[in-house]
Amino acid sequence: MKTNVRQLMQELGFTCLAGEAYLDRHTEGAYLSDLLSDVMGKAEAGMLWITAQVHRNIVAVASLKELSAIIVVNERQVEPEVLAHAEEEEVVILSSGKPAFETAGMLYNHLREVEC
Amino acid sequence: MRMHFEIEGGDFTAAGRASSEVKKTLKQFNIPPEVLRKVAIALYEAEMNVVAHAWSGTMDADILPEGIHVVMEDKGPGIEDIERAMEEGFSTATEEVRQMGFGAGMGLPNIRKNSDRMVLTSTPGVGTRLEITVAF
Repeated sequence: MKTNVRQLMQELGFTCLAGEAYLDRHTEGAYLSDLLSDVMGKAEAGMLWITAQVHRNIVAVASLKELSAIIVVNERQVEPEVLAHAEEEEVVILSSGKPAFETAGMLYNHLREVEC
Repeated sequence: MRMHFEIEGGDFTAAGRASSEVKKTLKQFNIPPEVLRKVAIALYEAEMNVVAHAWSGTMDADILPEGIHVVMEDKGPGIEDIERAMEEGFSTATEEVRQMGFGAGMGLPNIRKNSDRMVLTSTPGVGTRLEITVAF
């Protein structure tokens, strides 16, 4: 069974920073990387992207790859200008209060449960 | 249909605009999503290479019934050793660029994987020319 971004966000306690209108997107898995080309090459459409990068270029990567959402870890601050750009490009940005390892662990367990 | 873009070296704010525009245009045609994704990846990486390494460049995309043909030309330092540059993990990006998550040495390999034809030529100290074709 697929889950959507809104459900994940609510169940795992993420905050939505941008793209509120697109939270019904389905999502199946996630990719964790801070290297943009790695995400470009290896992530798949519909995936969540866990990263510590918060600059403007993450929006282009998420949009071009059609990722379901970006999850910024450690409550890192994202500039309003980046969030506005995300809204324009229909990109969802969520914020996780936990570091990348914990965020990925929570997601991994959650997505596995959903699949079962 | 032809699209032309000017790309400025070092301008990470505008980076990705040309590839996004091409992708949006292609979306209007009836092109399979997986082909669209290939084009987006190849063009984004090519665009980022100009932004990260060159002084300035251009992207010319020809959208034809059978595929897309793109020529990227830049004025910049060029590539000393193309064979090495094509290796996964090899990069000459600056520390500053790497901190943004670029310079993983996967740009050119990503272009090769996502295109049906790729021709890369370069004159060190002058610039680089990259031709990419993706069939629909």
